[in-house]
Amino acid sequence: MSRYVLPLVAVVVLVVFLVVGLKRGDPKALPSPFIGKPAPEFELPTLKDPSATIASEDLQGKPALVNVWATWCVGCRAEHPFLLELAAENSIPVYGINWRDTRAEALRWIEQLGDPYIASGFDGSGRVGIDWGVYGAPETFLVSADGVVLHKHLGPLNRQAWERDFAPLITTGGGAAQ
Amino acid sequence: MIPEIGQFALILALSLAICQGVLPLLGAYRNDTAMMRVANTAALGQFFFVAVAFACLTWAFLSNDFSVLYVANHSQLSLPTMYKVSAVWSAHEGSLLMWILILCAWTVAVSRFSSELPATFSARVLGVLGLLSVGFLLFAILTSNPFDRLSPPASDGADLNPLLQDPGLAIHPPLLYIGYVGFSVAFAFAIAAMLSGNLDQKWARWTRPWTTLAWLFLTLGIMLGSWWAYYELGWGGWWFWDPVENASFMPWLIGTALIHSLAVTEKRGLFKSWTLLLAITAFSLSLLGTFLVRSGIIVSVHAFATDPTRGFFILAFLATVVIGALVLYAWRAPALDSDVGFSPLSRETFLLLNNVLLVVAATLVLMGTLAPLVIELMNGGKISIGPPWFEVAFMVPMIPLVLLLGLGMHTAWRKQDKRSWYTVFRIPAIAAILLGIVLPLMFYGRTGLLLAVGFSAALWIIATSLIQPIRSLRRKDGSAGITRSALGMSVAHLGMGLFVLGVTVTSAFNVESDRALKPGESTDVGGYDFAMLELRNVEGPNYSAIEGVIEIRKDGELVATVRPQKRQYLVQKNWMTEAGIHATWNKDLFVALGDQLGNGAWSVRVQYKPMIRFIWFGAIIMALGGLIAVSDRRYRLKASKTSRASSAAAESA
Amino acid sequence: MRPRQQRMLAIGLAAVGIAIAAAFTLRAFQDNMMFFVEITDVVAGNYPKQRNFRIGGLVVDGSVEREQGSLDLRFRVTDMNCELPVSYVGVLPDLFREGQGVVAHGRLGDEGIFVADKILAKHDENYMAPEVADSLAKHVEAKTQPLRDGNTGCVTK
Repeated sequence: MSRYVLPLVAVVVLVVFLVVGLKRGDPKALPSPFIGKPAPEFELPTLKDPSATIASEDLQGKPALVNVWATWCVGCRAEHPFLLELAAENSIPVYGINWRDTRAEALRWIEQLGDPYIASGFDGSGRVGIDWGVYGAPETFLVSADGVVLHKHLGPLNRQAWERDFAPLITTGGGAAQ
Repeated sequence: MIPEIGQFALILALSLAICQGVLPLLGAYRNDTAMMRVANTAALGQFFFVAVAFACLTWAFLSNDFSVLYVANHSQLSLPTMYKVSAVWSAHEGSLLMWILILCAWTVAVSRFSSELPATFSARVLGVLGLLSVGFLLFAILTSNPFDRLSPPASDGADLNPLLQDPGLAIHPPLLYIGYVGFSVAFAFAIAAMLSGNLDQKWARWTRPWTTLAWLFLTLGIMLGSWWAYYELGWGGWWFWDPVENASFMPWLIGTALIHSLAVTEKRGLFKSWTLLLAITAFSLSLLGTFLVRSGIIVSVHAFATDPTRGFFILAFLATVVIGALVLYAWRAPALDSDVGFSPLSRETFLLLNNVLLVVAATLVLMGTLAPLVIELMNGGKISIGPPWFEVAFMVPMIPLVLLLGLGMHTAWRKQDKRSWYTVFRIPAIAAILLGIVLPLMFYGRTGLLLAVGFSAALWIIATSLIQPIRSLRRKDGSAGITRSALGMSVAHLGMGLFVLGVTVTSAFNVESDRALKPGESTDVGGYDFAMLELRNVEGPNYSAIEGVIEIRKDGELVATVRPQKRQYLVQKNWMTEAGIHATWNKDLFVALGDQLGNGAWSVRVQYKPMIRFIWFGAIIMALGGLIAVSDRRYRLKASKTSRASSAAAESA
Repeated sequence: MRPRQQRMLAIGLAAVGIAIAAAFTLRAFQDNMMFFVEITDVVAGNYPKQRNFRIGGLVVDGSVEREQGSLDLRFRVTDMNCELPVSYVGVLPDLFREGQGVVAHGRLGDEGIFVADKILAKHDENYMAPEVADSLAKHVEAKTQPLRDGNTGCVTK
């Protein structure tokens, strides 16, 4: 009898491993090193006007979203409509970091698809991205009113993730560490 | 409009799949003919609606409808039309839709060609296939809808990954999926048998052709993937033991065991629980493969965009299907095994060993693929298991298998007389061993232990595969000679021998070298002289490239001119290497451009690969053997009593 | 031989075969497992001696040096804490670039230079090998100042 149950047992063990593996490997579960810590300082020329700058101080005073995007990034295109919705709802200011991109392409993207950002910093070399611990695009950070990183979302942002992870943190006020 | 029709069609298909899944199974349980008959109509209806959905998606691509997110992410205005079509199945959502379409097609085929099957049995088979369909359709509709909209619509798409803009890769997924999904038929047959408590030789005869057909498509699909990787990835490798490659290889190994086990069950009524378990395992491995590729749990070049939600869904589905099947197995299988005996020297013994060795091989591949994950979960650090381990490990069951293959083919069922057995093998064995040592020396100037073993093994398989066909040709009395089933077996094994030959020679004698070249210079690799004539810019439909013109000479005679390119695709901006390959039946000369080294020089990877075409040619012959076997008379539908009797007589073993 | 005995024999043979095979393959497993070692650990001396291992990190901007017209290449890799010089002879993958992630197989040679026999760059623009990403994340945490040129401050234990 036992040899007929053996395959079943083996499969159950395997499934358990795979479940654990999936949970652990969830990129959205990867903790960002900055959660609960002050957002890294930066100062970048803006995308639309290279002579103007956008810096970390500009984020202070109210909760803000910092979205890392690029024109070569497929997921960024996927989340773009949602960012436009967020901007239209006026629930939170959205700032962009245009990461490892070309200015001309980025400007064309904004023109064609719409601009959800209060301003986008142009980070062509990716230096600021490295400082923020960016693994790839798109990534979205929630920064509190006093400049502390509350949450980091990897991959395209959507309504579900917004309601589940971002909205609660905004209403409970800034500064509460994970 | 069209995408909405597609979406709606999927929902309709789901409702029909539910009918097809539930009613026939209930009907079989209650012996209600009307309920059972629902299966055929539901299957046809489901296929129709999934086909409509697929057509809608294809139309969206062809009409450049960038209001559909999937199209915007994987197409582009300047993409050649052929690739707009293949882009449909280039990523997760579309390829899932193709999977479902193929499942529906197999289901309709089973429904069409089952006039011989008892009503309850075919109802159960179609019911199981229906339930599988429900799972996949739910997955698509709930988590992976290809018809999601992008608003506002993009003015142009993000382009199809240039790696996928290739005819070989366009057809590789369909062939592969026909194979993967085809194993669901054997699975459904197995479940139906377990539900009814009845598994006999007739069941095996019904199941065999479906399984062989799926197997041969899987063989072709894997072969195409290997060939594509060779010429497209620029490194000249044809198998990397990548997790996704392994995911397709494991079902193939088990599928091969299944075909052989079915033969025993059909002929002798033995190995019933083996066959059941193999049928369950083959399809389970197909599902596992889907899981590995689409869930993000394992890192691979091939993996689709990762999403753990999807991963959990597939895992839940996989667990339900497999655990459900194995529970049935634990319940029903013990009653099945018979006590009929066979002598140690018999075909049954060889096929039992065959089963065991193939299962060991598949287990090793599974272990190697999952080990990094398991070890990391147990905090053993991050490790990777690469080709060096797989190659060694895989040889362990394969070498005995290859040797036994030649012997088993010519061993009688039940009990084989020893003396006549030895006479069959004397000449092939001696010839194989001698030639295995001498031929490499003659043609390539060297020999060695592993090389001789591989070469001899290949020749051994080829020689033993040819014994039966040659004997049947010699028969001058006009009798049937050899059945298609036996001919198919010989041809498939011959293909295997050619494959082993290709692998042995290429592995032993290939020469690979990175050189620095600039126009006017030449270099020598593998006895051939590679001269770079010039480097120039060329333009393609959606890319611009730097092309090198390389002349290959041997002893001063011009052999070929190849034109390797380094392409930059306009939209995605990544660089891609297009190798320049001169292919002949017994060797390939392979040149790929690397990068600029300064001073006008480029790094170039040059390779000499002897007999590499035999690898894919061997696989094609294997598939051909399968096709011949499937066309055997005894699987034909309305076989009359007389022809059944004569085919029984003609079956040599 | 009765069926039961045949079955026993078959199982016995299989078991012996599997045992031998298992021993053999486990041994090969040990020899062929490739460990991923963080740059910081390599610099501190914690790496498998006498065998190949994997490293990964970002290619330091401006560190790629190639002798004109030759296949010899040198560059430095960083995990945001320490830097490691790497040397490689051969054709580079298409996506190898300064500032991007890279994984290399090889061993540590003389003068603390990692001699790579294989270089793997990212699969595409958006993707970084998870080991590299994790390794970077660990060390970025330690920094409160953005990375500036020359600020290695390499902390090894």
